[in-house]
Amino acid sequence: MKVVIALCFSVFANAVAAQGLAPDAQVKSISDEVIGIIKQDKDIQAGNQKKINELVDAKVLPHFNFSRMTALAMGRNWPKASAEQQKVLTREFRTLLVRTYSSALSTYKNQVIEFKPLRAAAGDTEVMVRTQVKQPGTEPISIDYGMEKTASGWKVYDIVVGGVSLVTNYRETFNAQIRDGGVDGLIKSLADKNRSLESQASSKPK
Amino acid sequence: MLRRLSVLLLLGALGGLGGCATTGGNPDDPLERYNRAMFNFNDGLDKAIIKPVASGYKAVMPGFARTGVTNFFANLGDLWIGINNILQGKVGAGASDFGRFVMNTTVGILGVFDVASNAGLDKHNEDFGQTLGRWGVGSGAYVVLPFLGPSNVRDGFSLLAVDWHGDPLWYVGNVPTRNELYGVRLVDNRASLLDASQLLEEAALDRYSYVRSAYLQRRRSLIYDGDAPPEPEPAKTSQSGAEAAARTETELPPAQITNQRSEGVIAVVDGELTPAKEFSETQAHPVAARRDASGAPASDYEPGIPGNYDDALPVAPAQARIGFARTTMRP
Repeated sequence: MKVVIALCFSVFANAVAAQGLAPDAQVKSISDEVIGIIKQDKDIQAGNQKKINELVDAKVLPHFNFSRMTALAMGRNWPKASAEQQKVLTREFRTLLVRTYSSALSTYKNQVIEFKPLRAAAGDTEVMVRTQVKQPGTEPISIDYGMEKTASGWKVYDIVVGGVSLVTNYRETFNAQIRDGGVDGLIKSLADKNRSLESQASSKPK
Repeated sequence: MLRRLSVLLLLGALGGLGGCATTGGNPDDPLERYNRAMFNFNDGLDKAIIKPVASGYKAVMPGFARTGVTNFFANLGDLWIGINNILQGKVGAGASDFGRFVMNTTVGILGVFDVASNAGLDKHNEDFGQTLGRWGVGSGAYVVLPFLGPSNVRDGFSLLAVDWHGDPLWYVGNVPTRNELYGVRLVDNRASLLDASQLLEEAALDRYSYVRSAYLQRRRSLIYDGDAPPEPEPAKTSQSGAEAAARTETELPPAQITNQRSEGVIAVVDGELTPAKEFSETQAHPVAARRDASGAPASDYEPGIPGNYDDALPVAPAQARIGFARTTMRP
């Protein structure tokens, strides 16, 4: 599972070269590059968090639209948050996602990514790029990327692993938090979560 | 014993279904209070016994040996997977599963090596709950089973009443041997999930609702073999731009829901039977079809909607229509 999530992130790298490509071609070129880097870097394979973070920052994160992700996870509550709150929410949610999922990059082991034909018309600005990760012994797992066209190229706003949407998974929790403690309540629990993960990470010798 | 207990609890849960008020507001989960308690019980059991044992197993067993054990049990499972594929009318997939079993049992030495995957026969994921889903049986309420974890009424019954008998281990005559095999399989399964459960621990703000959401989405995807139509497709209000918001926005105002129960339930696409819609209220027109200036889906949703579990009745293919126009993903 972790491997699969690792691949989600590995797929997004190299901002510069990929611009102007079709969304699936972009995913492909980026994933090839990141996997190439991981395969050659023994430190990343061994789980060196600093190097993983560098790779993720440079190659992966530029291809995500975190404010759209946060807005989708918030659903109807997004417009109720002030501009300042929206900024803080996006930052905290991004921190949580990046911290949690990027370490999974080190678990990549020769899985094969296959791309399914893109179902999109020429003028579409939102597409789902569908891929499959194959590994012997278990059934292939699908990873789909919800992508939107922006001025600076195609950006990911959702990842769907085996039919499970990352954004949807958070929506109910976000709703409940806001119902109980308002937007500030959600901000607080996201920040608390990030702080506790941070202190865990620093207390663990890595 | 364990099974009987589970059935009893499941029945108890069902009995309470009618009177139980919704607590958390998810229409799929009217039993949330019971479910949360059972979730915590399972969690405690896992933390106290199963996870430590699985961690030890992972530490002691070399990777290739664990893979062999996993493959051995996976191979036994392929027979039942094949039967379910055939029950769902997917004869090719079923034949492939039996082919996997024959190849892995012989060339792969009793299934320890998964040579069939390398030969291009992919493993599938099927069980009787999915078969029922394909046949048009609605999922019913979300239920957390004791020991077995997240499920729903349909899949829980399938697991306890049917899948059990499709499990080759069930037919091992020697009871101590059988129990040992069950134990090894349980530990091996848990060991392969250690990374994922660690991730869950870190990622989720509320693990209960995170797991529930993941389970419901995952089962839906499995029933459609990974090609589920976008969930809240606004069949009549699919203006461009609103589509993507609608696709990812599953929340609906209660007023809309009551009007949408008689939607066509089974669709024939590419000559293949597609499953019934589960909880057709989620297929209703979402208000998310509006987007505000900030690009966020503007949807509304009030909690406390009781689930409606009797609306997923199959209709004859002749009256069926393509219920899920794939407007977001044009061929």
